[in-house]
Amino acid sequence: MTALANGLFDYAAWFASLCFVMAMLLALVRLFLGPAAQDRVLALDTFYLNGMLSLLMLGIRSSSTVYFDMALLIALFGFVSTIALAKFLLRGEVIEP
Amino acid sequence: MSGAELPVWAALPAAVLLVAGGALTLIGAIGLVRLPDFFSRMHPPSMTYTLGTGCVLIASMIVSSALFDRPVLHELLITLFVVITAPVTAMLLARAARYRTRPRRVP
Repeated sequence: MTALANGLFDYAAWFASLCFVMAMLLALVRLFLGPAAQDRVLALDTFYLNGMLSLLMLGIRSSSTVYFDMALLIALFGFVSTIALAKFLLRGEVIEP
Repeated sequence: MSGAELPVWAALPAAVLLVAGGALTLIGAIGLVRLPDFFSRMHPPSMTYTLGTGCVLIASMIVSSALFDRPVLHELLITLFVVITAPVTAMLLARAARYRTRPRRVP
């Protein structure tokens, strides 16, 4: 029973990793294809989040806690870069005097 | 896997949550590619932000709690961060898109 459940968990982890990589590829398609700049920013945000989820999957499958810090940092960078780009699109300047 | 055996009570819910999170994330990305205009394209990634991230983080909590034999809750930090920042990002992007696609005044 334990072996069966562990095998199932293994397959589920593979499936989730594959899904995240495919979602990253689709976000890249939108990033290259997007007609306007805001589409590209949205695609970049999705790309960042899917990368964070793939790192969390690495952490789950290798059962170490190092990947957690990297995932937190990537979430932080994604948020800051998306906010900066959206602010630039809105005002033409990131930090206003 | 790294050879560590998970107990059944941890492996089965984690497997279900991982499959659900992966499927929801993939559906969100497909919607990002296929929907027609920007304001409808803003909706599918929010499924990734809330449901996909939530499922994967709960699965991660279950697995590390079972492996380390104590409750491991630091994944709640990422959940909290994503839940706080996703609406801010979406609102700022929507305002930028609305500003950039405003009707031009004819001189």
